[in-house]
Amino acid sequence: MQRPGLFDNPQNVKRLLRIFFALCGVVLLCDLFYDRHTTHPWEHLWGFFALFGFVACVVLVLVAKEMRKAVMRRETYYDE
Amino acid sequence: MTNSLPPFLPFFAAALLVPLVRGHARTALLLGVPLLGGLHVWEIPEGAFWSVSVLGYELQVLHMDRLARLFGILFHLAAFIAFLFSLHVRDTGQHVASLLYAGSALGAVFAGDFLTLFIFWELLAVSSVFLIWARRSAHSFGTGFRYLVIQVLSGVLLLAGTLIHFQTTGSLALMTLRLGDPGAWLIFLAFGIKAAFPFLHNWLTDGYPEATPTGTVFLSAFTTKVAIYSLARCFPGTEVLIYIGTLMTCFPIFYAVIENDLRRVLAYSMINQLGFMVCGIGLGTELALNGAVSHAFNDVIFKGLLFMSMGAVLHMTGRINGSELGGLYKTMPITTGLCIVGALSISAFPLFSGFVSKSMVMTAALEQGYEWTWIFLLFASAGVFHHAGIKIPFFAFFAHDSGIRVHDPPPNMLLAMGLAAGLCIGIGTYPWWLYGLLPMPVSYHPYDLTHVIAQAQLLFFSALAFCWLKLSGLYPPELPSVNLDAEWVYRKLGPNMAAWAQTASQTAADHITSTFTRWIHAMSGPFSHGQELFVRFAKTWPTGSMVQWAVGLLCLILLSYYLT
Repeated sequence: MQRPGLFDNPQNVKRLLRIFFALCGVVLLCDLFYDRHTTHPWEHLWGFFALFGFVACVVLVLVAKEMRKAVMRRETYYDE
Repeated sequence: MTNSLPPFLPFFAAALLVPLVRGHARTALLLGVPLLGGLHVWEIPEGAFWSVSVLGYELQVLHMDRLARLFGILFHLAAFIAFLFSLHVRDTGQHVASLLYAGSALGAVFAGDFLTLFIFWELLAVSSVFLIWARRSAHSFGTGFRYLVIQVLSGVLLLAGTLIHFQTTGSLALMTLRLGDPGAWLIFLAFGIKAAFPFLHNWLTDGYPEATPTGTVFLSAFTTKVAIYSLARCFPGTEVLIYIGTLMTCFPIFYAVIENDLRRVLAYSMINQLGFMVCGIGLGTELALNGAVSHAFNDVIFKGLLFMSMGAVLHMTGRINGSELGGLYKTMPITTGLCIVGALSISAFPLFSGFVSKSMVMTAALEQGYEWTWIFLLFASAGVFHHAGIKIPFFAFFAHDSGIRVHDPPPNMLLAMGLAAGLCIGIGTYPWWLYGLLPMPVSYHPYDLTHVIAQAQLLFFSALAFCWLKLSGLYPPELPSVNLDAEWVYRKLGPNMAAWAQTASQTAADHITSTFTRWIHAMSGPFSHGQELFVRFAKTWPTGSMVQWAVGLLCLILLSYYLT
């Protein structure tokens, strides 16, 4: 009998996610405590990179999901 | 003359020897050649050696400068890792093809003139296709054929461009070209095919996922990087490359999100990484060019690591689709860990190799005032973490438990992955070794607090987006499917049109024949007593001979016109 994996226990998944959310908070709050060297004015906005990363990925996934309607075909499409 | 050997020679010699040896001798040969060759490349002094005269042309087989040395060392390193990864393979043909392929890449990098470059350019194509055909399936045969046609076409364009360039300049030497005359455009297009420019990229996403588990590791290291090297040598600062590169970073990530074959996800992600390099070459400043070539260096290692980890999964499970995998972390813990190192490196996490090179290109874009390019590159950076950094390890090793229970792969595969992972972390934490090899002096400091925190925010919140989309059920599931891309033109539209044209011309021909016959019958009606003779006479008039006569006459006219 195989030993259950680390993530078979939902508690462990929850714990990992909690640590991850906390880290997200920490890197966001870092912006308050240091002097930034920036080139682009947007870089100076508080939490710009965090917001950009989040929005970029949500847009990426949702657009890709819509793209499926136009481009997705059966696996054997080119063999027919 | 010098004691230095052209670096491709030991590889070609080994390709001849490999079929004759077995066991430890073969291992020693496969690992010894890249190891000793790599040490040799350190020692070759700068300059041009080994001029060979062919048909009155002076060919420069060994041309050494800082750029060539960097790629030379990289290719030896990549060959060493890839041979270590494929030591367990008993297929001699694959070893021979791999040696010829790696040797051709070295030949191309050390070529001092366009004709030598062309020769190795075509050898790259011909030797690498055997790594796809070695899969020995009907599918891989078709794919390999398409791959070969496109690669050879790139070579033909390079040759045509070279000849036109030679006619206008009288020189074959590799030099910086300006887009303008047709020769330079043809050479640019030839490089563009091998560098997977948009719409010319499908040979990569078609071919790489169909190769053998070990073959893809070789493929990912050489062809596209030879193209990047050639672009850096001949077209630095060509502005159109900035826009091409930006497009290359952005469009493949959408495909990568919905692609099911995890090695094809990596192929799309490779185009994304090539985009950063192409963009850097287009920007053309010292920082940008250093960024482009150092990113090429890092990409070979971390992309190799990712292809190795997926190769290990394919080797052990026989599957590679995200929809069929999952939960492998339980029984393949080492592969999982090493894959995550590759994922963090490609995502440019601080302390991993991608971080110290990708940012050079982005900083250069901002410094040169290409703000929109910078925004798109930033978008692509978030996207690459999403599909290569998270999707690859998540769907292969975690996600739902597929019930597959296989162990970590053989020790040689683990060692090769371990070596690549060590390099990813080594270069990430101590980039100065790599910076010291770059073609231009480096004054760039990647570990600036602003940069580290900005990158950490970008990546953590990209991961947060993944978590949110996954937990809320918005994330598209992995589905067995193919996604239409530019290849549709030659894989579906072309064949369909050809079939349609054939049917249409057949119908038209039948129609004309029957009308003509009816017409003759009607015409010959009044001459009923001569009819038999008339029909018998017409029987000796094959249409083919008429066409031959017409063609022959036309040729004659053309020839007389040409001669007079």
